[in-house]
Amino acid sequence: MNFQPGKDALKRSFDIVGKRTPRPDGLDKVTGKARFGADMTAPGMLWGLILRSPHAHAKIKKIDTSRAAAVNGVHAIVTAKDFGPCPDDVLDIRENVMAREKALYDGHAVAAVAATSRAAAKQALKLIEVDYQVLPHVTDVDEAMKASAPVINSKLFTKGLDKTPKKASNIAERFEFGHGDVEKGFKEADLVVEHTFKTEATHQGYIEPHACLASMGADGRGDIWCCTQGHFMVRNVCAGLLGMDASALRVTASEIGGGFGGKTTVFIEPVALALSLKANRPVKIVMSRSEVLRASGPTSSTSIDVKIGMKKDGTITAGDATLRYQGGAFPGSAVPYGAMAAFACYDLKNVRAIGYDVITNRPKQAAYRAPGAPMAAYAVESVVDELCKKLTLDPLDVRLKNCSTDGSKASYGPKFDVIGLKATLEAAKAHPHYKAKLGKNQGRGVACGFWFNFGGETSVSLTVNSDGTVGLSVGTPDIGGSRASIGNMAAEELGIPHDKVRCIIADTASLGYNDVTDGSRVTFASGLAAINAARDAIGKLCARAAGIWDIPVEAVTWEHGAARPSSPNAGKHKPMTLAEIAAQAGATGGPVAGHCEINAEGAGVSFATHMVDTEIDPDTGHVKILRYTVFQDAGKAIHPSYVEGQFQGGAVQGIGWALNEEYIYGKDGKLQNAGFLDYRIPVASDLPMIDAVIVEVPNPGHPYGVRGVGETSIVPPLAAISNSVSSAAGVRMTQLPMSPPSVLKALGRI
Amino acid sequence: MFQIHVSTSINGDDTEFSCEADETLLDVLRDRLGLTGSKEGCGTGDCGACSVIVDGRLVCSCLMLGAEAEGREIETIEGMAEGQKLHPLQQKFLDHAALQCGICTPGLLIAAKSLLERNDNPTEEEVRYWIAGNLCRCTGYDKIVRAIMDTAKDMRKQAKPTKAAARKKVKA
Amino acid sequence: MARVQVWGSLKPALEGADEITVDASSIREVLDHLAAHYPAMKVAIDRGVSISVDGRMYANAIMVPLQPDSEVFVLPKLVGG
Repeated sequence: MNFQPGKDALKRSFDIVGKRTPRPDGLDKVTGKARFGADMTAPGMLWGLILRSPHAHAKIKKIDTSRAAAVNGVHAIVTAKDFGPCPDDVLDIRENVMAREKALYDGHAVAAVAATSRAAAKQALKLIEVDYQVLPHVTDVDEAMKASAPVINSKLFTKGLDKTPKKASNIAERFEFGHGDVEKGFKEADLVVEHTFKTEATHQGYIEPHACLASMGADGRGDIWCCTQGHFMVRNVCAGLLGMDASALRVTASEIGGGFGGKTTVFIEPVALALSLKANRPVKIVMSRSEVLRASGPTSSTSIDVKIGMKKDGTITAGDATLRYQGGAFPGSAVPYGAMAAFACYDLKNVRAIGYDVITNRPKQAAYRAPGAPMAAYAVESVVDELCKKLTLDPLDVRLKNCSTDGSKASYGPKFDVIGLKATLEAAKAHPHYKAKLGKNQGRGVACGFWFNFGGETSVSLTVNSDGTVGLSVGTPDIGGSRASIGNMAAEELGIPHDKVRCIIADTASLGYNDVTDGSRVTFASGLAAINAARDAIGKLCARAAGIWDIPVEAVTWEHGAARPSSPNAGKHKPMTLAEIAAQAGATGGPVAGHCEINAEGAGVSFATHMVDTEIDPDTGHVKILRYTVFQDAGKAIHPSYVEGQFQGGAVQGIGWALNEEYIYGKDGKLQNAGFLDYRIPVASDLPMIDAVIVEVPNPGHPYGVRGVGETSIVPPLAAISNSVSSAAGVRMTQLPMSPPSVLKALGRI
Repeated sequence: MFQIHVSTSINGDDTEFSCEADETLLDVLRDRLGLTGSKEGCGTGDCGACSVIVDGRLVCSCLMLGAEAEGREIETIEGMAEGQKLHPLQQKFLDHAALQCGICTPGLLIAAKSLLERNDNPTEEEVRYWIAGNLCRCTGYDKIVRAIMDTAKDMRKQAKPTKAAARKKVKA
Repeated sequence: MARVQVWGSLKPALEGADEITVDASSIREVLDHLAAHYPAMKVAIDRGVSISVDGRMYANAIMVPLQPDSEVFVLPKLVGG
């Protein structure tokens, strides 16, 4: 019987869950044995390379591939012509993976070649002649919204307005959330503060570039090996783009070297498939770092206005935000989620958030860990911070006074279930970090953050081997160590040692559908499904024992890894362990397995409070992180080490975003810093230890109380660090990143 | 294209290969020798995922030509464990959960090995600056630094005989 | 009878109402009712929405049963990273 969220009781005491067990895939990863996207080869393999537009916006008048085709070793060349009709919902992806009438950004794919060596492919690429007609471009979100901006898509008419405009523009859609009367609320305030904030685009920065190996057969069937957060998604999208049945394509997820949302879509996989189809040989494509930055999916750059009113006693009377996000050359930025999450930490009577989804000549954005929320939190938490300073109120006390609680109405509409925001604020207030002394040029900042967390379609299969060990197949790629946690939940449920359970990621042909690994959903959803599958198997194991003992199955119970008679009336039978029943499985009816296919519901939202101390060097503008503490609600930490890891990793990505990472576009619309030297993510010497405090307010929607943790941790850092630097500098920072020139400018030094 | 014949030693094994003049050592390791443990994260020497040790020196293999391996001793991640016995760093990385996705792990282990070979008592700052050439996007480096320092501590303990054992020796 | 609210930009689609009551026992019935009575809602529903029922979020799930006085909220389809 599957767990019923909100109805079934939560487990509170655990034997395995909560312990720091060794990670099952760890050995392969520390010895170099683990195979990532680029680590696979196939007999007869060709190397694929992609030709990319050097222009930010240009009509493609003609592509001549004849000279390239004559290069020895070239077996296939593809362009947009090779991608025919496809379902509506992947039209934008089809255009993004291969430009059609126009190149829409610097780096947009226009053609691809497969050859017997990288050298031959490179040579062929140079010989492809593309006739471009360069068009005016726009890369800034505010510039793109002006009436004078070059219109990128002549068929884009703003959705979500009362009247659909007659003139095309770069504004794809308007969103609005909120309730109450903000104007009335502002009138009730003793102080109203408003600011406009700007953030630049950043990249998820996964160290592993996109890589895939595609192999199409003459029978129309294909295999793909790729690093992805969702191999079922890859199968469905590629099948759609190539006009194949889903069952004709089998996708295997390699180990993945980081995703953070950037690998929840496809960029090179359809191209590799198309080349393989034409060449009738396997084709491997690996993106270079510069291609990753220019042509995968960075996050949006934004421009956000926030206005908040507060009474002298710290009560927030109204909050109003307008968020403008550009998502690259296609509609679909994360602005609705930013608008929904912006005030989510506050229980407000009067709140409004308006979002504009804008297109520009930049690569098509992809999700980046809590998409849309970090920038929104940065703007809102900065204004709250300023109100606290001006009214001389403690920032944690003000948040405690106004914070969302169980049953309060979220700023985006629904009422919250059981939530842990208050617990994180109280933990922050009680922590020694809050009392650490600050010196000259030093400042402290706090901020809260929120993320929705998802459930989603999830399929899991659990098999009991005849020696009593258990195989667990899940369909959600492991991007953070979730295999360990999921295996432990199954072991906990079955009552067997954790090392008797082996959890693998199965391919798309071997398991029911699984939504991508995103939304911090895997430990929650695959874990829930694994628990259900274990309970399913337990039911069958009990039935076998009942048969062997010749008693009704209702008289058998499962405890501590064995079937037992549930009462003395059932008769005197020695308990049968899982291994003992498994050994007799064949003779008693056949192999024993459990499974679960669900659309997991009941994901619990999670909140965090971050606290950071920084020191500014007034001569160089450099910001040093002195202390950083994360307080986040995990519901129930299945494997504390990996929960801490998520807290620390998210915080550090936030540090990079706040202090140094940015996409720099030249006047020519080209990306200036497409490499790790100049797109500089945090290195070990930039950072102190990141303290992680796990708060546990169990989620009633999961049998063990699990809440997703992967994303919430990136939501507060931009704000917390900005609040800290603003305090140290004595001036409100309103632009990210706060790199040294930016800080010196704010200090009036340059 | 004319290929160059190279004789070298990789993880103690005599190895010969032919490669193009412009192929990097990383390309050779991964595509010609099947040693895919070293990873390409950037191709420009900025991420350290391709770290190897050449004649005792920490090097980005993407910045070295395959042909330059001639006559040298190369150590890669594949040679770090001795058969089934993991190097203490490898074990500590597992114990401390100092990896999440694992893509940067080979490079970091090689870099840390190189550090501990020349400095058995690094401070936290020394560790951080030594591994500053190895990018990790998942962990925030916290558990990695702890794992390296804990390994150094253990290696120092094992290297020094205890005072009691030393006294025993003298008595005998 | 479910109490149904929608996110701000779709409020006009509910023809000015802040909240409407729908005689429905599952999400599917709510969506069918909205699509049938409010054409602007149909467009949004076809594109994809997430539904919150009594504070719990569902994406793509139409068979979810409702309580007699459930609070149902219609939101844009949620995406994560």
